[in-house]
Amino acid sequence: MPTLVQPTANVVDVTTDVDAPATGVDVPRAPAPDEEPERQRELVFQLRDLEVRYSGHTAVREVALDIAANEITAFIGPSGCGKTTVLRCLNRMHDLTPGAQVIGQVTYHGESLYGPKVDAAEVRRRIGMVFQKPNPFPKTIFDNVAYGPKLNGRKRSEMPDIVEQALTRAALWDEVKDKLKHSGLSLSGGQQQRLCIARALAVEPDVVLMDEPCSALDPIATARIEDLMEELKRDFTIVIVTHNMQQAARTSDRTAFFTAEIDDEGRRVGRLVEFDVTEKIFTAPTDPRTEGYITGRFG
Amino acid sequence: MAAIAPPRENEAPVPGPRGLGVGKPPPGRITDRLFRWLALASGLLVLVILGLITYTTTKNAWPWFKAEGLGIFADNWNPAKGQFGAGAMIFGTFLVGVIALIIAVPISIGIALFVTEIAPNWLRKPIVYAVDLLAAIPSVVYGLWALFVLVQPLADIYSSISSATSGIPIVSSITADPSPTGLSFMTAGIIVSIMIIPIVTSITREVFATTPQPLKEAAFGLGATRWEMIRGSVFPHSRGGLVSAVMIGLGRAIGETIAVALLIGSSAQITAKVFQPGDTLASAIANQFGEAVGEQRAALIGMGVVLLVLTVGVGIMARGVVTRYDRRTGASL
Amino acid sequence: MSTMTPAVPGPSQLAPRPRSRARRIKNVVAAFVISLAFVVAMVPLIFLVVYVVQRGMKLFSWSFLTDDLPFVDRLPGGGMGPAVIGTLLITGAAALMAIPLGVLGGIYLNEYGGKRPLARVVRFLSEVMTGVPSIVMGLFIYTLVVLNTKEKNGFAGALALACLMLPIVIRTTDQMLSLVPRELREGSYALGSRRVRTIRTVVLPNAAAGIVSGALLAVARAAGETAPLLFVIGITRETNTSLFKGPNTALSVQIFTNATSPFTVQQDRAWAAAFTLIAIVFIVTILARLVTAFFSRRQTA
Repeated sequence: MPTLVQPTANVVDVTTDVDAPATGVDVPRAPAPDEEPERQRELVFQLRDLEVRYSGHTAVREVALDIAANEITAFIGPSGCGKTTVLRCLNRMHDLTPGAQVIGQVTYHGESLYGPKVDAAEVRRRIGMVFQKPNPFPKTIFDNVAYGPKLNGRKRSEMPDIVEQALTRAALWDEVKDKLKHSGLSLSGGQQQRLCIARALAVEPDVVLMDEPCSALDPIATARIEDLMEELKRDFTIVIVTHNMQQAARTSDRTAFFTAEIDDEGRRVGRLVEFDVTEKIFTAPTDPRTEGYITGRFG
Repeated sequence: MAAIAPPRENEAPVPGPRGLGVGKPPPGRITDRLFRWLALASGLLVLVILGLITYTTTKNAWPWFKAEGLGIFADNWNPAKGQFGAGAMIFGTFLVGVIALIIAVPISIGIALFVTEIAPNWLRKPIVYAVDLLAAIPSVVYGLWALFVLVQPLADIYSSISSATSGIPIVSSITADPSPTGLSFMTAGIIVSIMIIPIVTSITREVFATTPQPLKEAAFGLGATRWEMIRGSVFPHSRGGLVSAVMIGLGRAIGETIAVALLIGSSAQITAKVFQPGDTLASAIANQFGEAVGEQRAALIGMGVVLLVLTVGVGIMARGVVTRYDRRTGASL
Repeated sequence: MSTMTPAVPGPSQLAPRPRSRARRIKNVVAAFVISLAFVVAMVPLIFLVVYVVQRGMKLFSWSFLTDDLPFVDRLPGGGMGPAVIGTLLITGAAALMAIPLGVLGGIYLNEYGGKRPLARVVRFLSEVMTGVPSIVMGLFIYTLVVLNTKEKNGFAGALALACLMLPIVIRTTDQMLSLVPRELREGSYALGSRRVRTIRTVVLPNAAAGIVSGALLAVARAAGETAPLLFVIGITRETNTSLFKGPNTALSVQIFTNATSPFTVQQDRAWAAAFTLIAIVFIVTILARLVTAFFSRRQTA
């Protein structure tokens, strides 16, 4: 059971920022001399005025978030409210969708992710992704994990160590160490997903994005991956989209709740409602819509 | 068909609507049957025709098969001396086919990749139409054009290549002795490659398009560039389909007659020198049949039989690859 | 309230490292080479069409299209009238035979045969038959018809072309019919229609555009064929409007025989004939595309 990482006193009330008229990045306050340095939270992503359109139709709008390092941030909400859409902004996956437009500001360690000189492939090397349905390559387990590092130019001699380390981190090593030459597709669903996690970890990213990683898995496999996430956040920043509230409550440090509204033309448009420390979202949410969702009244 | 409710107990069966099981058969039943037999007959026509083709050609080629036996594969075509070995034609057929494939397959893969991975949506159909236009041009027009426009410049090019590579060991045995007229295996191969590009591109395109999206996303998610994704996801997935596309291209190349007849130089010989003239089964038939008599004619018909066996064989192999590939990957082509 | 400190922007996190610069370059080069493939394929097409038009226009005229072939080949004058008529007649006759039979065969495969073994065999053999070289079709008709009737005429050529077209029409009809949605058929059956009526009133109209377009493309292909006609239709200098009496000629065959002539006059005739043939083939092909574009299932995309 994940514990709250910091006392509430150190946390900024981000929800008020969401309703405030967007003016750009908040001016940071330099830490006071007596504040403990190890309590400093480094921001990995800052989203401001984010809007995504598909072929001219807005899918999600007015999103403002800060995602901190070495934390698990969860996006929750009913289907169609834009959680996955926002997630995919973080590693520029929308570049691959014809007609998709990302408007607004997404900064990564202070730099704009969508700047003119930024190479999307470079972005994805630092910000990895695990997908909803496990999608291992039709190659051996070893080659699956080695795929990324090989592209990055790691030497052949280093591969066995890299693969072992990645599989160990993904809590899969013991189960597959004797069958590395078997096809990745010969594993069970839960194992395949952990293989995909290992594959993503092998390139040593900064961030791991997870798009409903457990939705295609059984409860036991799900529990294993949730345990895994807790260990992983020590070395990585994790952002997870989940339609399972309890999972968010169990695993995440902060939670963002999205909802969908019907616009004038009858189409669904998603928006961020509330973003706060997980415990607060689930015990004392500020917005009535959040409360409605977590108590099961809708969604 | 809707189920008919069984009659309830204690009720006499109510007479059905007029026509159901009463009196003469309902209208349309006879036409239905007639039509069905007609359609079946048309379908069976294919079997009949194929059977007839095999029968009449083999029958008329029999004198040649009988006279030469396995000598039909000998490389000694010389009707004046009564020699009718078609070995050189068989060799030429394959050589031209291979040359055509070497040129056409990379180009077709390139076009297929361009259409499926690179070109914007609105550009796709026009490109496909343009490539299909290549297939619309009759073989004889290709031959005519090549004869007047390509053959001379090609002859000069062959000559330069030949002298440039005359010292290099293995290469020179392929490029030596260029034909001064330009009529050669190579010229025929080049034109045939243009003719098979549309079909190979079409099949390859379909194969590439079936690459599952999750597979592509997995590669991109790891930071692969588009080219790396193509190499890592699209190509491995498409292996079986590509093989089948190549075989189908080979089948078409083997059957090409008229353009080859105009460009190959009609000189039956087995040689590795691709700039030399040669002959293929189809072009030999086209060029010599008009005035052939006796065993020569039987031999030419026999070459047609060999051609038939070759193309059907390659076609069946291509189908075999497709079915095995389907079963393994579950993809449908 | 204390705030979280955003990361101080240090050296760019997203700047490409040297190795990734190499990967980027490879990616761009690959895209360039791939795009080149299309250009390379289009070069011969454009060159050829331009050249045929240029050289073909030299002799092309109404009289070229209608005059008989000259008595002495190497002297100027005359036209390809007989060849034009021959091509139209022979291709037309082939179409009249192959298209109805082919459509019926395709209907059999899709509506009656389905997955049954006989239908599978027919489908497979149709595909095999599309691969049979056209010259073998010519030999076939020669041995079957010409040797037995001791006559070369347009009809024999039409038979050869029909054999070429038949499997193509069967396959395209089969494919087009398989695209007709099940719901349409079931709706018709549910109203009590029999199979033939359903086919006639619902299935065929829906697939009509595709079938017609496929048939037109088969016709275009047949019009351009030379090999099947070479030894079965003979040759003639005068227009022969009868398919059965006496030999005939066609544009494709004329091009072939004139192409190898050393006399410029004959070469010019070959070019003009090529121009005519390409014009016919392109018109039919474009017609086929137009049919598809305008009349395809007018359902929501």
